[in-house]
Amino acid sequence: MREYRADLHIHSCLSPCGDLDMSPRTIVEKSLEKGLHLIAVCDHNTAENAGALVRAGMRKGLHVLPGMEISSREEVHSLALFDTEGQALSMQEVVYRHLQGTNRPEIFGDQVVANEFDEVEGFNDRMLIGAVQLSLEEVVREVRRLGGISIASHIDRPSYSVIGQLGFIPADLELDALEVSGQLKKEAARERFPQTSGFALVCFSDAHFPGDIGRANTTFLLEDPSVKEIRMALREEAGRRVVE
Amino acid sequence: MPLLQHSNTPLLRFSQPNRRSWLQLHLMPVGAGKGNGLSVMNVGEIQKALHLQLCAGEKGLGREAKDGYCGDLLSDVMANSAQGAIWLTMQSHQNIVAVAVLKELAAVVLVNGRAPDEETRAKAEEEEIPIFSSPLSAYELAGRIYDLGIGRAEG
Repeated sequence: MREYRADLHIHSCLSPCGDLDMSPRTIVEKSLEKGLHLIAVCDHNTAENAGALVRAGMRKGLHVLPGMEISSREEVHSLALFDTEGQALSMQEVVYRHLQGTNRPEIFGDQVVANEFDEVEGFNDRMLIGAVQLSLEEVVREVRRLGGISIASHIDRPSYSVIGQLGFIPADLELDALEVSGQLKKEAARERFPQTSGFALVCFSDAHFPGDIGRANTTFLLEDPSVKEIRMALREEAGRRVVE
Repeated sequence: MPLLQHSNTPLLRFSQPNRRSWLQLHLMPVGAGKGNGLSVMNVGEIQKALHLQLCAGEKGLGREAKDGYCGDLLSDVMANSAQGAIWLTMQSHQNIVAVAVLKELAAVVLVNGRAPDEETRAKAEEEEIPIFSSPLSAYELAGRIYDLGIGRAEG
């Protein structure tokens, strides 16, 4: 087993709020510069750049998990992390089926689909900034069914977070962890949000600009950089754990 | 023709058409009577009437407010608000300006004493969308805006 410094919440140029500089190669280069061993790409309600990121990472020896940041009907954001592009695209299919609207790039930003060579393949026309018409519970259940893990995004922020939107964390929600944004240390988060007790806490960057990659990160002790291993680390099973 | 008396007007002798225009002038609420009967005021007038505190977007005070909407889920506001509506919300992040631009809303009022973020102020100035802050709840503020006749058909 070894330690993996991970930033599992990074947006690419596909997210409408993601900077156009967040191309696959740039993300990989910056991540390696920041000493990260593992990253995940989590664009809003889409995984169309996930494959490109995985392949760009492979070329440079950086492991990339394909993921998404899904906005539920209640506008709660959660990270969905998978091991394979196929799983991520299956979840994308579910998301797309329940997502309406067309993007207005001049208002919300461009949604660029890129390949692993940083070439523009096209633009995503969907309203990715919108909310998927599935409850948070349904989202988490689907992610689990497809073999992924769900992490509630930046629970310490007032908007788009489970505590911000709902006021509490539903008791039977099968989240694998809660993410605290870089602005708050985990101990401070536990104090300010007592509802977090019983959940593993992780810190990731939510980077929308290259300079923000890795500004918050979490180190895991794992056998290999897979979702299965991360799930065990979050539960402190079989020696796997969150180091810091 | 009987004479009509009103405390603020002199005794008048007039025919039927004049009586109608007299009634329109003196008995209809301010700002009403435009076409379909809905009240239309501009944002600056509503600001004055309700003493709203302006946070950004002063250049947009001339925008017409034809309706109102309350909502904190952006997806709901995008789906259901009407063009020219004043939007009451507690969301203070910059996406509220994007939604206001998208739906051509008249203005945004942050309730419960909320204030817009720095980025929100900057975007509102850029897009000339007035953002206000009010200590009132959405319920109370909506009631007061509704009482002005905004978004209400004349009965």
